[in-house]
Amino acid sequence: MRKKNAGRKNFHFVHYLLFCTALVCTALLCVCVGSVRVSLNDTIASLRSVLLRQPPPPGLSYSIIINVRLPRVFCAALVGAALSLCGGAMQGLLRNPLADGSTLGVSSGASLGAGLALCFGVTFPWLPFTGVTMMAILFAFGSLIFILSLAYKMDHSLSTNTIILVGVIFSMFANSIISLIVAFSGDHVKSIMFWMMGSLANGSYFNVLTLLCALLLFGALILRNTRELDAFAIGEDNARHVGVHVRRVKMMVMISVSALIGVCVSVGGTIGFVGLVDTAYDPYDDRAESCAAAAGDALLGRDIPHALRFGRACPLEPLGAAHRRGDVADRLRDVCRDLLSQQKGKLACCGWKI
Amino acid sequence: MLRVENLTVVCGGASIVDHVSFSVEEGRWLMIVGPNGAGKSTIINAVTQGAAYSGRVLFEGTDVSQFKPSQLAKKIGTLTQNHMVGYAYTVEDVIRLGRYAYTQGLFSAAADDETCIDQALELTGLKEIRGQSILTLSGGELQRTFLAQVIAQDPKLLLLDELANHLDLLYQKQMFELVQTWLEAPGRAVVSVVHDLSLAKRFGTDAVLLKKGQTLSFGPVEQVLSVERLNPAYDMNVREWMLNLLSLWK
Repeated sequence: MRKKNAGRKNFHFVHYLLFCTALVCTALLCVCVGSVRVSLNDTIASLRSVLLRQPPPPGLSYSIIINVRLPRVFCAALVGAALSLCGGAMQGLLRNPLADGSTLGVSSGASLGAGLALCFGVTFPWLPFTGVTMMAILFAFGSLIFILSLAYKMDHSLSTNTIILVGVIFSMFANSIISLIVAFSGDHVKSIMFWMMGSLANGSYFNVLTLLCALLLFGALILRNTRELDAFAIGEDNARHVGVHVRRVKMMVMISVSALIGVCVSVGGTIGFVGLVDTAYDPYDDRAESCAAAAGDALLGRDIPHALRFGRACPLEPLGAAHRRGDVADRLRDVCRDLLSQQKGKLACCGWKI
Repeated sequence: MLRVENLTVVCGGASIVDHVSFSVEEGRWLMIVGPNGAGKSTIINAVTQGAAYSGRVLFEGTDVSQFKPSQLAKKIGTLTQNHMVGYAYTVEDVIRLGRYAYTQGLFSAAADDETCIDQALELTGLKEIRGQSILTLSGGELQRTFLAQVIAQDPKLLLLDELANHLDLLYQKQMFELVQTWLEAPGRAVVSVVHDLSLAKRFGTDAVLLKKGQTLSFGPVEQVLSVERLNPAYDMNVREWMLNLLSLWK
């Protein structure tokens, strides 16, 4: 008993409860508020009718809540959880609080895969998942391997700064290819734009199920390695010296992370910084003497479940905000993101030419 | 106990360690000495399977590369030279990781984990700061934390790369004496990389003298750390310099 408590000092039941409450509240808020306003009573009535298998209440609200908003909210929560978990795992593995799917270029790689699948209609008939999902996962893993091997080629010590620089460059490169695909894709422009902007507007219950399965499987794989990730976060050499099978753990975590990011991207496009901010933010840190300490505290091992819970609540907030501001603001945001992506792509193209 | 045969490490086309052979028996403390760039730390790195090498490294007759990492960790404990810490783990968290090899899996905790950790904390004098973040520690405290981790790991052989790193005189003395006490238990041995020749002479039983990756001498410490062998290794009159320094204390 003492052992359990010793390793998880800043990780209390109260925190769990708080985050769970925040999650439920945000989820309810997101379901209620939107371009069509639905009262809390109607929301609860609709939810109850589904849970208790009663006939649906009359009116439009049932359909809006159950068929449109609820799967979106579930998707947002699961994507948030998955991305925070990935961020936490990568930050430990690479010993850098800046490591995350988006800064390492894995998300962009996955988007590129999804974009290619959309544009060329890639399918894997023998698999239950769509070609887009599979290509996103494959490209996420491929980009991770590519980025790490390129970084290794440049710098044998595989310093995290090199990894992140290569990741940012790769990310721009992938975006520039996506721009190229967009430029020549004709009819597919709209659906490819969706990946680049990142949106959960098309979330369905099948997406929820896919995300849930991926999170249960790969999340469990990552959580199984929390002690190993702790050791990595202290130092890779140290991990080897205490008996961690460095290569196996690295491989397992990377496969899990890229699969999770791939699934997230296939559902919601590129969603940046969730893994970065949610894992690095720890409001309960009373020992933090510096920013690094604060970031460190939100770490792995003891804090991965924390990241998971917090992550679930967090991405719902921007979603809720988007709902509150209504469709106009939502569109505006998408257009802004769209423009930003194009600029990045152009920049990368220039860089590539030079 | 540990036998290194024709160890060669090549990095970027240059041999950093060139056909080095040595061995250490139970109850002995082997000092690896030599000027900077002699390949001392690389040897430690190769023995712990952290660098590609040719030649053989045998532990109790078995090739070290045959062991699983967790098996190896129960036999060989390693303290490295630099500790770059970036996250706010506590002293105890770090030491607890030393028990990793014994507590693999989700729910398996070895019964003597707590005893080993408490002992390690006690020996290294870190009991008061066991809950402190490692980011707030001084260099010496950090070094002691990682030494405690290796002690909690309970290996048969200790590989110490610059134990005296960041330690002031008192802790230097205490740590070396601590390792000496640790060595008294049967079935244990120590290999350490040391810059301070006086410490090597004072605590070592055997020594291997290296220069530019090659073995100049290997044997009992009195023989290896003699003036005739040290002077060409360091390209200076070592004894004169040591006496010169000591004379300041007369």
